[in-house]
Amino acid sequence: MSKIMTPDEAVGRLRSGMTVGIGGWGSRRKPMALVRALLRSGVTDLTVVSYGGPDVGLLAAAGRIRRLVTAFVTLDSIPLEPHFRAARESGSLELTELDEAMMMWGLTAAAHRLPFMPIRAGLGSDVMRVNPGLRTVTSPYENREELVAVPALRLDAALVHLNRADARGNGQYLGPDPYFDDLFCEAADTAYVSCERIVDTAELLKAAAPQSLLVKRQYVTGVVEAPHGAHFTSCAPDYDRDEDLQRAYADAAAAGGEAWRDFAHRYVTQEQP
Amino acid sequence: MTTTAVTRTEYCVVACAEAWRGDGEILASPMGPVPSAGARLARLTFAPDLLLTDGEALLIDAYGEVEGWLPYRQHLAMVAGGRRHVMMGASQLDRHGNQNISCVGDWARPTRQLLGVRGAPVNTLNNPTSYWVPRHSRRVFVERVDMVCGVGYDRAAEAGPSASRFHDIRRVVSDLGVFDFDTPDRGMRVRSLHPGVTLDEVRAATAFELAAADEVPYTRDPTPEELRLIREVLT
Repeated sequence: MSKIMTPDEAVGRLRSGMTVGIGGWGSRRKPMALVRALLRSGVTDLTVVSYGGPDVGLLAAAGRIRRLVTAFVTLDSIPLEPHFRAARESGSLELTELDEAMMMWGLTAAAHRLPFMPIRAGLGSDVMRVNPGLRTVTSPYENREELVAVPALRLDAALVHLNRADARGNGQYLGPDPYFDDLFCEAADTAYVSCERIVDTAELLKAAAPQSLLVKRQYVTGVVEAPHGAHFTSCAPDYDRDEDLQRAYADAAAAGGEAWRDFAHRYVTQEQP
Repeated sequence: MTTTAVTRTEYCVVACAEAWRGDGEILASPMGPVPSAGARLARLTFAPDLLLTDGEALLIDAYGEVEGWLPYRQHLAMVAGGRRHVMMGASQLDRHGNQNISCVGDWARPTRQLLGVRGAPVNTLNNPTSYWVPRHSRRVFVERVDMVCGVGYDRAAEAGPSASRFHDIRRVVSDLGVFDFDTPDRGMRVRSLHPGVTLDEVRAATAFELAAADEVPYTRDPTPEELRLIREVLT
């Protein structure tokens, strides 16, 4: 069964108030075509779960995020994300700050339908203070260690971008790092996979070995062909980060006002930048 | 090779390299150019078993030859398993080694939002952790950090046996010297000063009281071979 849809059709399945996980990492392989579609839609009041990059910046700047769940937001080659900074410094964003490992185990718990996962991280740090919902759990075994119980991060929807997919939603990454994209899909009730190119199933293994087939179709609701769909973030090996456009993004974001509205208009309304 | 005087940055590279001495076959995880040069120098000389990353998903040797795959998820397992010694940055650092990279000011409404906690909480509770501070100042070496991301000795002890079990803040390298926590109350101590730096200068740039021996040694000189590697291979 074909699950092919357009970016706007995929985002048309989302509703205001949902919890949405966004794959990639920093300014790497972010599903920017889907994020732009989300910006064109009226969907708002979102809880966004992301190892954050410009996806978070764009959505925050447009006022679509009620709560952000993250361990960091960065543009990688530009360490601090200007919109995220502005949102935090103006108090316009509710933040659930977690450690990188806590995020992974929260998604893992959700994927395994567990209420939490016990981990050795967070104890002694101010994550426990600023995130008062976090609880600890005592090991029932041997030395009775006290560990942090990271709550499941169940998602209403996941948005990820991969290099290739087939029409049924088998997704393939060709770059060096899967990030956590398969985990985001498994932790979500619905998942929308955009990709550089939709190919016949038989063609998937011509590009790379079977372990590159990262996302399984049973977790996928919609497949979107979006060439350059991670741009201006990287999508190795298809393309690197567009440092010029990223710089223009950061400059416009820092300048704000007319400069930002102009950039946002051009970047968001054009289907292909 | 050139015989010009050893620069401050070269002393810093050697001091960073020394952080990994004796670590064996574990991952050296440096953040920033000076710690990265230090890790490669250590591997090329006195710590040949170290594993290095390319900063992304690959394990490489000191010349960039790929010898393994290390995506984020496996990297996090290496952290939790303790087979890694990270050298992180610090926007703020206190006397007990508590580190902040998240935000300056009140967390609820920061005056300056930084990166977020990243992996500092998991790093500090699971694998040896050191810090690199390129500009030693009272803004970084503070009485009290605004947000504890990396956990210091006092906070790890308060949090109990599970927090302190694998907790190990090894050392801090700044542009002025090398510091450790080998004191009875686990407060920061001057381990060595980089040549040309005085103890008074370091104390003036530090907002808390630093322990120091009567005679503080200088950071060691690079050997001629180390200097050659730094100048011809690592830069």
